[in-house]
Amino acid sequence: MTRHVLLTMAITFATTALVSVGGIATMIPEIHRQAVGVYGWMDDGQFATTFAISQIAPGPNILLMSLVGWRVAGLAGLLVATLATVLPTSLVALAAHRAETRLSRANWYAVTRRSLPPIVVGLIVASAAVTARAAISSYVGVALAFAVAAHMTLTKTNPLVPLFAAIVIGVLAGRLGYL
Amino acid sequence: MSEPLTPDALRDAPGRVVVTRWSLYTGFVLVGLFGFGGIAAALFHVVVERRRWLTASEYTSLLGLGQVLPGANLINMATMVGDRFQGFVGAFLALAGLMSTPLLTLVALASLYDRFADLPDVKSATLAAAAGAVGLTMGTGFKLARNILKSPSAALFALASFVAIGLLRFPMFAVIAVLAPLAVAVEFRKQRP
Repeated sequence: MTRHVLLTMAITFATTALVSVGGIATMIPEIHRQAVGVYGWMDDGQFATTFAISQIAPGPNILLMSLVGWRVAGLAGLLVATLATVLPTSLVALAAHRAETRLSRANWYAVTRRSLPPIVVGLIVASAAVTARAAISSYVGVALAFAVAAHMTLTKTNPLVPLFAAIVIGVLAGRLGYL
Repeated sequence: MSEPLTPDALRDAPGRVVVTRWSLYTGFVLVGLFGFGGIAAALFHVVVERRRWLTASEYTSLLGLGQVLPGANLINMATMVGDRFQGFVGAFLALAGLMSTPLLTLVALASLYDRFADLPDVKSATLAAAAGAVGLTMGTGFKLARNILKSPSAALFALASFVAIGLLRFPMFAVIAVLAPLAVAVEFRKQRP
């Protein structure tokens, strides 16, 4: 049973990472679709806390996959999820790095580099929409999300500053019964 | 035609920076430790400013490549920096260094959460953190949109990928398989006089 889940998770995360563009943020809707919708590893609420903890923890975004793995199958799940997301794409990166000089002269590479960013923008906003639907259920939550987004769009401070401000406000709002 | 620079050629070229395996590993452990609030800034700080493994322009060109490749951009960067100085083993050590502390912190945080999840304050804090994290993603999207969506076709591709993934919840594989070749084709057409 666990072995079956681990295998499914390895295949799902590896293929998602291999077809992704623009980094981990763009993969979140697909991870949510698989973990909550297709396989039912967790519900929306559990996905929301998993997402929240992985964002607070220092380190690369890929910690979301690691934590989904940890939630589904403990230490084995954590390792499988992390390796499945990291190893196949790292092998691609290794090959691309060794061909970098040739790549940088190729016209198709330059064209591809210019053509993908708009799709990435759409995917990242989609990522915000999907996580919002899973994680936000109060007006205070909506206000916090928009405040953090505005702060991030307009300033260049460390993103953890508004995130921790949001947490403090959230705890206060919770004590007053607004969350 | 110059020779393609293999990691070995780079390592042996005169005047090149020499980075030992131990230094690679500890450097990336540092990146993981500094990575509070996103490791992008931490990576630049360690690789360019602190340890001076790469110049800023070498870093930028490698980052450009890392962003086009599938998977996590910064994981790709770590792989390539490791490979540049110590080949396959270097790539592995860079990844191991980068992931070790964050994974431990993550498990500690998750266990702490499980233990105190029933406290009202912890519940509120988690709800707020989730909302804040949504805001961070949203902010990243807005920031990028402002810089990138400068032509009607760019806006159209952004809208299409948002609707397909965010609203219709189509599988990502299908969406990328349709949109990416289309976007490349449009860009090729623009290039022709």
